[in-house]
Amino acid sequence: MIPFLLTFILALLLYLLLTAGSGSMLLWSPSELVAGIALSLLAAAVARNFLCRSGSFRMANPLRLLLIPLYLLGPFLLEVTKANLDVAYRVITGNIRPGIIRVQSGLKTDLGIFMLANSITLTPGTITVDIDEKSHDLYVHNINIPDGWEGRSGVEDRELFSIANLPAWIRRIAE
Amino acid sequence: MIADILILACLVIGLFFNTLGIVGLLRFPDVYTRMHATTKMTTFGSMFTALSVIIYGAALFLSSGDGQYVTLSVHALIAAVSLAFTNAVGSHAIARGAHKAGIKPSPAIVDRLEEYTP
Repeated sequence: MIPFLLTFILALLLYLLLTAGSGSMLLWSPSELVAGIALSLLAAAVARNFLCRSGSFRMANPLRLLLIPLYLLGPFLLEVTKANLDVAYRVITGNIRPGIIRVQSGLKTDLGIFMLANSITLTPGTITVDIDEKSHDLYVHNINIPDGWEGRSGVEDRELFSIANLPAWIRRIAE
Repeated sequence: MIADILILACLVIGLFFNTLGIVGLLRFPDVYTRMHATTKMTTFGSMFTALSVIIYGAALFLSSGDGQYVTLSVHALIAAVSLAFTNAVGSHAIARGAHKAGIKPSPAIVDRLEEYTP
């Protein structure tokens, strides 16, 4: 029952977002509201076993969901902007030291690993190439490896980010 | 007036980063370093061009009150978010596929994935 309700609410919110501005009832027209509820019920009936596959409803907590946009617009955007300027400098000068390093994350849940790997990939200069399924370590291709890192067998995840401690944010959101 | 300046600024920043992404594609030596330039910098640039569309829609909605401009802004926002997500997943898949297919990073200071045996 709970997976059904969660899927229904998520589908309805997405439908309302896509049809915002269609009419006069707040922002939506009555026909769009009825169609949205009917389609969301159908989508929830079909897909209820896929969204909540892990069986844990930790992410249904609104506080955690509210942290995601805060994380994306705050520390993450700062980090991406700084890394973009750094890579822009490297494109112009051609001054690179590429290589693949092993990053120890210490995250336990699938969602946490997913968020960390995507944050690393979206930050310019670093791409997650592979994941060790057992220890949840990440293999990260780095465009400019700092001096001394080539001899180390593993690097802590927060050392990749210089301004904000992104792994701590992800731990707060997903674990 | 202010909206026009903001839209132009966003377009200039976006096109600057997109251009640098293409320059990086031509300059860098191997598939991984090229991916740094093409996937990340063009995402950042395209997000700025999407932001200029959002500002355009919001400014027209505030001046005219027509609901269709809200739709324009919201759709541009959803496009920017989906671009960020699909880009991260896609570039990870390309990098993993390239390494599995035996394309080694060259030049490379260090390759820890080479030593890894599952």
